[in-house]
Amino acid sequence: MNKFLIFSLLVVWFAACNKEDKGNENIVVFLPSNFPKPVYNLELNPVTEAGFKLGKQLFYDPILSRDSTIACADCHISFSAFSHPDHATSHGIDGLFGKRNAPAVQNLLWQTAFFWDGGVPDMDLISINPIQNPLEMDESPARVVWKLNRNPLYQKLFKAAFPGKDSIDGPQMMQAFSQFMAMLVSANSRYDKHVRNEQGGDLNASEIAGLQLFKEKCSTCHATDLFTDGVYRNNGILSEFTNDKGRFEVSSLPDDIGKFKTPSLRNVAVTQPYMHNGKFKTLESVLEHYATGVKDSPTLDPALKQHGVLGIPLSQDEQSNLIAFLKTLTDETFIRDERFQQN
Amino acid sequence: MNKTFFQWLPLFAFVVLGMSACDKTETIDGLGDVVIEMDNRAGDDELVFGTKYVTANGDTIQFSTFNYFVSNFVLVNEDGSEYTVPKEDCYFLCKHEDADSRELTLRNVPAGNYKSVKFTIGVDSLKSVSPAAERTGVLDPTGGAAGMYWSWNAGYIFVKVEGTSPQAPIDVNTNERTLQYHTGLFGGKDSPTLNNLKKVTINTTSETAHVRKSHEAPVFHLYVDVLEMFTSPTNINVALNPTSHAGPYSATVANNYADMFTLDHVHNHD
Ligand code: HEC
Ligand code: HEC
Repeated sequence: MNKFLIFSLLVVWFAACNKEDKGNENIVVFLPSNFPKPVYNLELNPVTEAGFKLGKQLFYDPILSRDSTIACADCHISFSAFSHPDHATSHGIDGLFGKRNAPAVQNLLWQTAFFWDGGVPDMDLISINPIQNPLEMDESPARVVWKLNRNPLYQKLFKAAFPGKDSIDGPQMMQAFSQFMAMLVSANSRYDKHVRNEQGGDLNASEIAGLQLFKEKCSTCHATDLFTDGVYRNNGILSEFTNDKGRFEVSSLPDDIGKFKTPSLRNVAVTQPYMHNGKFKTLESVLEHYATGVKDSPTLDPALKQHGVLGIPLSQDEQSNLIAFLKTLTDETFIRDERFQQN
Repeated sequence: MNKTFFQWLPLFAFVVLGMSACDKTETIDGLGDVVIEMDNRAGDDELVFGTKYVTANGDTIQFSTFNYFVSNFVLVNEDGSEYTVPKEDCYFLCKHEDADSRELTLRNVPAGNYKSVKFTIGVDSLKSVSPAAERTGVLDPTGGAAGMYWSWNAGYIFVKVEGTSPQAPIDVNTNERTLQYHTGLFGGKDSPTLNNLKKVTINTTSETAHVRKSHEAPVFHLYVDVLEMFTSPTNINVALNPTSHAGPYSATVANNYADMFTLDHVHNHD
């Protein structure tokens, strides 16, 4: 009996130890060999374990919103690559609806600008946008900093992440967010293993055919292994842009009306609905759009109006091969990564 | 007595002459400060919030906010050489209700006689896209720059003017006839946007500003006329354009306020 007790105590102790070890995760930024050089300067804000932990705590904490009801993670959900699945446009504070679809949050290190209109040109400045947005979290960033300073948990987390500072300031909060988001790298899909000649990278005939088609018809805009060129374009989903003028809202240049940042297609199979306004529920309807639904307007991208023909001619077979290929971009290790999920 | 005086006169004259000669060849070296005083005006009058002023278009306005960023100061010596204030000390946010914020001190300026001062209205594009760690003081969007920063179109509001006017339409949110002109846009980082940054050159007319290590700082006393934002080149009609934010009309507002800074006088302390 006594022996058994000691034994079970030991087991409990080991298990506890193990728990601790799990907290001691491997916090190193993944820089995939098939990606270009990051745009974000990690040297100015190196990712540390304490900084990541703080950033993650902030990302999952509704304290950032005016009435403490909404966290970043409510609209950016890990299992859908941090997008907001099944919400054409996100609803935020007081149940108010925004006008845009919440995109995946992934591979931010390689982006030159953020949001559909590229209104934020630096990763550090992302967080204060949703915090301040009256339809999202509706809180003043200065008040968030004030709230964090009064909170013992954050006092501790900030001290650990930014030693030598007496109080929490806004730029540190922004840097902590960046440290968490810098870690959100998705590049372990079947497609990645295929191009890196790694195990588990086999594609079937339909997927290979889809990849080939993609290179011919889609990769001018959904370019490189990031699957975006980061350029603002009008892909013809609307003929008039009255409610949301896209890049124009930021630039005030008439030539930008109706142009939106080309989205990455990584994990696209789990980020439905699609487009800035969540217009399409399925990949089938997206492909149908490119094949037969492209609408003309003054800023329509010339690639979608070649030789006076609207859209990209695609047979039914070609459309299904393309979809088969797009599904190889789902990165299970990323969307199941426990390091990124709420503790 | 008389005799002694005349005996000493030549020596006395010599000394006086010598002293003034000395003054002529005074070596100008070391560092001093320069003060720029922003004196907010509404036309011919001092700007007072709540007081009624009439614009060139004939609209009556009572102001309640007048804030602006000025940055990147350059002082031009009378010999034509230029002194550029270092980046870390060249951003200022002036608020009408905070008189201290409108007295800017440029420190450690090489001694000399300065005939012009040049600066930018707004925050230049490099600073507008700098990483969080470099955003301290008046450039901290969660601190000093609160209310002067757009988070959705990341950048500073260069000039913020608010008030009310009986000619303006009723704002459904406030139920008041409000005016709101928030002007920003630095030209974009990788993709272009409108660029509303304006450069200002203030030339002295009679007297240059004397910077000496031993004297109190000379003052460029500038008038900043808020009514200039409503005219030249374009008269703003507040009934038609009661607000302007990051839209095409902001270019009109910025072109108007580009000439709101003028020199009243230079004040030397020597
Ligand atoms: C109410 C829902 C909601 C909340 C809360 C929210 N977001 Fe978002 N997020 C969105 C929507 C909608 C967009 C797209 C908006 C746009 O492009 O204008 C977006 C876009 C983004 C993007 C841009 C991704 C890209 O590739 O351009 C990032 C990054 C992001 N959010 C991070 C955050 C962070 C960090 C927080 C918490 C501080 C947060 N979001 C809170 C809905 C939300
Ligand atoms: C001319 C450039 C261009 C070409 C060519 C192009 N796209 Fe797109 N794509 C875009 C833009 C821009 C958007 C976002 C438009 C919006 O939301 O307003 C988009 C959106 C998408 C989306 C939705 C992604 C999301 O997360 O919402 C999918 C899926 C997609 N494209 C697939 C494809 C496929 C497959 C092809 C080739 C058949 C293709 N695209 C060709 C520019 C292009």
